This record gives sequence, C-alpha cells and structure tokens, in this order.
Amino acid sequence: MDRAEVDTRIRSIIEPFNKKGIAITDDTTFAGDLEFDSLTVMDFVAAIEDEFDIIISMNQQAEIEKFGQLVDAVNDQAS
Amino acid sequence: MSEGIMQSDQPTEREGDTPDLFSKFDETIALREGLLASGVEDPFSLVMEKVLSPTRAICNGRDTILLGTYNYMGMTFDPDVIAGGKQALDDFGSGTTGSRVLNGTYQGHKECEDALREFYAMDHAMVFSTGYQANLGIISTIAGKGDYIVLDIDSHASIWDGCAMGNAEVVPFKHNDIEAMEKRLKRIPEGAGKLVVLEGVYSMLGDIAPLAEMVKIAKEHGAMVLVDEAHSMGFIGEHGRGVCEQAGIMDDVDFIIGTFSKSVGTVGGFCVSNHPKFEIMRLVCRPYVFTASLPPSVVATAATSIRKLMTAKDKRDHLWKNSQRLHSGLRELGFRLGTDEPQSAIVAVIMPDLEKGAAMWSALLTEGLYVNLARPPATPANMTLLRCSLCAEHSDEEVETILGMFERAGKAVGII
Repeated sequence: MDRAEVDTRIRSIIEPFNKKGIAITDDTTFAGDLEFDSLTVMDFVAAIEDEFDIIISMNQQAEIEKFGQLVDAVNDQAS
Repeated sequence: MSEGIMQSDQPTEREGDTPDLFSKFDETIALREGLLASGVEDPFSLVMEKVLSPTRAICNGRDTILLGTYNYMGMTFDPDVIAGGKQALDDFGSGTTGSRVLNGTYQGHKECEDALREFYAMDHAMVFSTGYQANLGIISTIAGKGDYIVLDIDSHASIWDGCAMGNAEVVPFKHNDIEAMEKRLKRIPEGAGKLVVLEGVYSMLGDIAPLAEMVKIAKEHGAMVLVDEAHSMGFIGEHGRGVCEQAGIMDDVDFIIGTFSKSVGTVGGFCVSNHPKFEIMRLVCRPYVFTASLPPSVVATAATSIRKLMTAKDKRDHLWKNSQRLHSGLRELGFRLGTDEPQSAIVAVIMPDLEKGAAMWSALLTEGLYVNLARPPATPANMTLLRCSLCAEHSDEEVETILGMFERAGKAVGII
C-alpha cells in the first residue's frame, strides 16, 4: 500500500464525519476546520484503526492535527 | 487644602479581558455565568450547614434529603465507626505529618490494611490518602514507556490522569464494547506489556461492565487487569467485594482499586492484589510516597467500617430494594434513565440539556432533595445528568417522598 492509497481510503472514511462537506487537503485540521469534538475523534479513530488494522494511541493522536499528518502516521504503520 | 487629598486612591480595576494564562477558562466562565443568570441556585457551591444523618442535611438553610452522596451503606454515623475514630484521635493525635514510608505508618494503617486483606481475601493491601491517588499511583507506576494501557473511554478522571502521568501508550475503546477491546488487544505489538483498566460500576450512568467476558479476553491476550470498584464495594457481590465477585472473577483480576469515600464512609483509597511482588509498590509509587498518610482517626473509622461491611447483608438487601424502587418509580413517571434496568445504587436521570438540567436540579433542591448535577465534559456523549445515589439508610417512605419530589419538579420544569 502506498501513501496515495492510504490517502484515498482515509478520505472515504472521513466522508460521513465531514458534516459540512469541507474540501480536504493535507493542511485541513481536525479540530479547527472539521470541528471534530472528542466523541467524533473516538469514532473516527476507531474507523481508521479497523480499516488498517492498526493502533493509533492517544499519545500519537496528540501529535496529529492535520489530515496530511494522519495519512503519514497511518502510512508508516500500515506499510 | 489641596483638592488632591479629597480624591481617594483609585487603583486601576482590571477588567479581566487582558489575555493571560486564565484566558483558556473564558468559555467555562461564560457557561457558568449564563447558567446563574437563568436564576438557578449554583449547583457547584452548595453548602451543607448541618448534617443530620447519612440521608439528611441542612443545605442552603433547608432540610434536605440527600440522594447524591455515594454514602451507599450509610456508615458515616455508625456508632462503632464514630467510636473507633474518637478513640484513635485520643490515642494517636490528629495527624501523622508524614509519608507512609517514613514516619506516617501507625498501627491503625496496618490494621486498616489487614481489614482490607480480609475483606477481599487477597494477599496484599496498600492504603493511599485518596481514591484518586490510588488510581493515579498504581496506573502511572506499573505501566511505563513502551507498555500499553487499554481502557474504557468512560473511565474516571483519576484513571485518565494515571495514564497521563505515566509514559505508556494509551488506547481507549468504546464504552463496555467487548469486541472493540479485543480488537485493540490483538493489535498491540508482540512482547509489549499490557494493562487493561476497567471499572465495576461506571458512575455516570450507573451501568456495570461485562467483567466476566472482558477479563477472560484480557487474560487470553496476556494483559494484566485492574478493576476500579469504587462504586460497588460494600454493596455488589455476596460479600460486598464488588462486580468482580458477582462475576466470579476475583482470582483473575490482578489489581482492585477502591475508595473509602463511598460505602466505607470516610476518605482514602486503596489497591488490593495477589501479585507476589506487590509490596515493592510502597517504594516506587510516587503518589504513595510523596504525600502525608491518612490521619489515625480516618484509618480507624475505615477499618471499623470495612469489618462491618463484610457482614452487612441486610443493608445490601435494603439498598438493592431502594435502588429498584427508585428506578422503576422514575421510569413510571416518564423520566429517561441511564440504564433500562437498575444495575447499581446509582440511578442517572437524563436531562434534555444543561439549562433544563440545572432548572430541574434547582427545583429539586427547593423541594428539599439533593442530587448530583453532572454535565459535560465529565459525562459520556455530552449528556446532562441528574445522578441519584441511594443509601441503605433511606427508608421505604423516604424513597416514596423522593419520587413525589421528582414528579412535582419534573412537571414544573416541563420535563415530564
């Protein structure tokens, strides 16, 4: 799996959580642009973890603010 | 005479709008001000001027039934408990002024730990100065860098703070979701240390964990298991040992954390364990070492209370009866509750929003009933809850009176 594929799969997972239909780039922030609250984060992270069969611990989540950072983090673990 | 002298000193009054370190609290300040502006009594600064019994107090000048104290077994005014505390105060003084590992371990602390070992039929017991510190200390000490903590997302603040204080990887799963927990355990890298943290009773909704299934799975994946039984000790299980006892898994759990500030009726926390190396915790657990030990009177009241709780079957039965009656009564009145069936001595009444919740809380207080108002972020799913915790000392009549108060307040506020 390459980064582009990870990107595509995360984009499809994010869709139901992207209530306002924001255009997503690598710089899109979860808390600011997408307005994710803690409950949304939990469901979203669980969906990503299940899709890629990985763990994104709270410690890692604290480092991830933007969409691009998430793709990188998942790509590191999934490849 | 100069005009100047008539001018009183006028220090610049700070408006409070200059950004500083307190700016991060502005949202909370505004929320609180908005709430108080609606005319309700401040739910977070209630004063009990007089405490008459485990179930009654004078609150803000009113005779009030207490339905939000976690004083489940009503031990706070037990004559033996009080006598034990007074004796210790006379014999050992008002405080230890020292850490458990230096000058702060008295005879009473050992006796309290003996009582706990007997109560749980376990090899080791360690008493902390609060329940919060017990979770903070044990979790942060045993799970270190490179280890994984798998925990329920609705865990108590003391558990989260224990995780934050240590350096382990923290992996939460959806509340009481066995499959979600198992998936996460499966994904933990080979060889990493694993700690699963669960609670017997979750205090917000009063629901219990499926401990039999969860602990079995945790053990299959080689994890150590810590269960917080703060809200079940004394009440749930044949001997009052908690949900672990009820689920028949006392031997599979590595650590049970508990508190003296609920059923035991005083303050303090503890951890019991059968782990052969457990005693080393006394030297390596910082929240145990770097704080003063509990006062002699407190450990004496705790030890007396714990011993009485071992055989308090009648009280357990009455508390169970009270919980069932309040739960069914509130349901019949049309309130939405946290659980479909009563699972503990906590009955959580779900409010439509914070404004209605605060109005209802205030209306109940005017009726002469105290319950806990729980609001986000402490609550799951951002709910506003009126949390009721019953006491074995509530009489059958009192429970009926409480239901009447809920009916009147609920209609006045427009919730039912």
